[in-house]
Amino acid sequence: MADTFLDSTELVLNMGPQHPSTHGVLRVILKLDGERVLSTECVIGYLHRGVEKIAENRTWQMFAPYVDRMDYVAAVSNGLGYCLAVEKLLGVEAPPRAQAVRVILTELNRIASHLLWLGTHALDIGAITPLFYCMRERELILNIFEKYCGARLTTHAFRIGGLQYETYEGFEKECLEFCDIFDKKVDEYEELLTGNRIWQQRLKGVGILTAEDCKEYGVTGPMLRAAGVKWDLRKAQPYSGYEKYDFEIPTGQNGDTYDRYLVRMQEMRQSARIVRQAVADIPAGPVMGKVGKVIKPPVGEAYVSIEAPKGELGYYVVSDGSTQPYRVRIRPPSFVNLQALDKMCRGALVADVVAIIGTTDIVLGEVDR
Amino acid sequence: MAATPWESELTRALKEEFGDRILEFSSYVGQNFLVAKPEAAIPILESLKENHGFDYLVDITAVHWPERPEPFDIVYIIYSFSRNERIRMKIRIREGEKPRSAVPVHLTANWLEREVYDMFGIEFEGHPDLRRILLPEEWETFPLRKENSILKMDQHWVQENLGIESGQ
Repeated sequence: MADTFLDSTELVLNMGPQHPSTHGVLRVILKLDGERVLSTECVIGYLHRGVEKIAENRTWQMFAPYVDRMDYVAAVSNGLGYCLAVEKLLGVEAPPRAQAVRVILTELNRIASHLLWLGTHALDIGAITPLFYCMRERELILNIFEKYCGARLTTHAFRIGGLQYETYEGFEKECLEFCDIFDKKVDEYEELLTGNRIWQQRLKGVGILTAEDCKEYGVTGPMLRAAGVKWDLRKAQPYSGYEKYDFEIPTGQNGDTYDRYLVRMQEMRQSARIVRQAVADIPAGPVMGKVGKVIKPPVGEAYVSIEAPKGELGYYVVSDGSTQPYRVRIRPPSFVNLQALDKMCRGALVADVVAIIGTTDIVLGEVDR
Repeated sequence: MAATPWESELTRALKEEFGDRILEFSSYVGQNFLVAKPEAAIPILESLKENHGFDYLVDITAVHWPERPEPFDIVYIIYSFSRNERIRMKIRIREGEKPRSAVPVHLTANWLEREVYDMFGIEFEGHPDLRRILLPEEWETFPLRKENSILKMDQHWVQENLGIESGQ
């Protein structure tokens, strides 16, 4: 009896689905040996709404607002991907003016998404202040969205073939003002966190995912770049006129949580850089391409993907020639990236699991669809 | 618009290796895809990964065509970082046919195949952990099959577990 008393035994711990640091309704079953994680298992689907089934029962246009509700902190990106996919089937392209406005709004949305990630990630680690700072700057972006299309989160900003709305009076000025403010603010966040010893000790060497692992698991976005792979769909296969803008792809070396933090911080700066260039040169002209009121793509299929804030967001659309999609498959970056959680968590401490979930930057609305 | 034949060095190499097990090389709206026999799918994935640099399996999904003798398309989307090229592979399978799992080639196939199973009821031979992923385990139907209308879901499950008359 005395011999076995001090033995450590395997402990199963349920984390979530209602847990502040799982960023939504994610349930993780942790198998522990003391404080060490032996393995994890994700239980997902709590937010499943059958988005792909809904698509088959709506017309092509009617489905567009639904995609905003997947990754609801980056709704503009979702909308862009869907519009590009349908445009590919139709064989039309948005006019240059619409493309420039799309780039501006998508990049602003990338910043907003990263800001929410930074705030909540820091909060999980124990730094409360950055959350308020991030929310403050995110508010400026959401105000621009609200003025542009009336919505702040689920924007439905784009239409198949271009844009519904012209930009409002003072749009360019407000975007530039935001960029001016924002660059200094990123310095402030970095001053709080980058060199902070507690921050570094919590993040460095935690949740390492090498480039090989990333490719094996299909992990994309900032997580792949933090592992040193210089790959960004905006550069690799440019869409919506990204080839016109000058920007860098930030990368890391170690593929740990700290590098992923650094990569996302740099990405926010790069996004602001793109916004500046795009605002300075919005071409004149119409914002809507030649698309009829009834959208009937010819029979066929296409796969179009974009670089969403979380990674490769793909739409595989199949048309049977009718007004409704025959099939819409959404390839969500969060879902695929989450699969690597087990790999990252093995051997880590329980407290690290929180850091690793934060750094994966998942949105459960997109994981579950 | 119609699909046009797709020819390149890659298609010639694949043709040489797999012969008539690849039924078609086509291109539509500038996107290349091939249609293969179901038993050739995993060897092709392996060959693409080992010999041609297609090291990233983007997605696995399915499409249901109830009128066809082989009612399911399984679609593999594959990308190569070194070539910056994306292709699709399609196989057509019969009801109840069990294609081989791609997990031994690409680990990412694990959840993707589970989702295909969850939504279409297609079972993958040799999958390490084939269960539902998004829907509850006791769910009875496979929602993305065309015979299941959006209004007729698993009422039984809803009544039993949520205590309401209907899921709508």
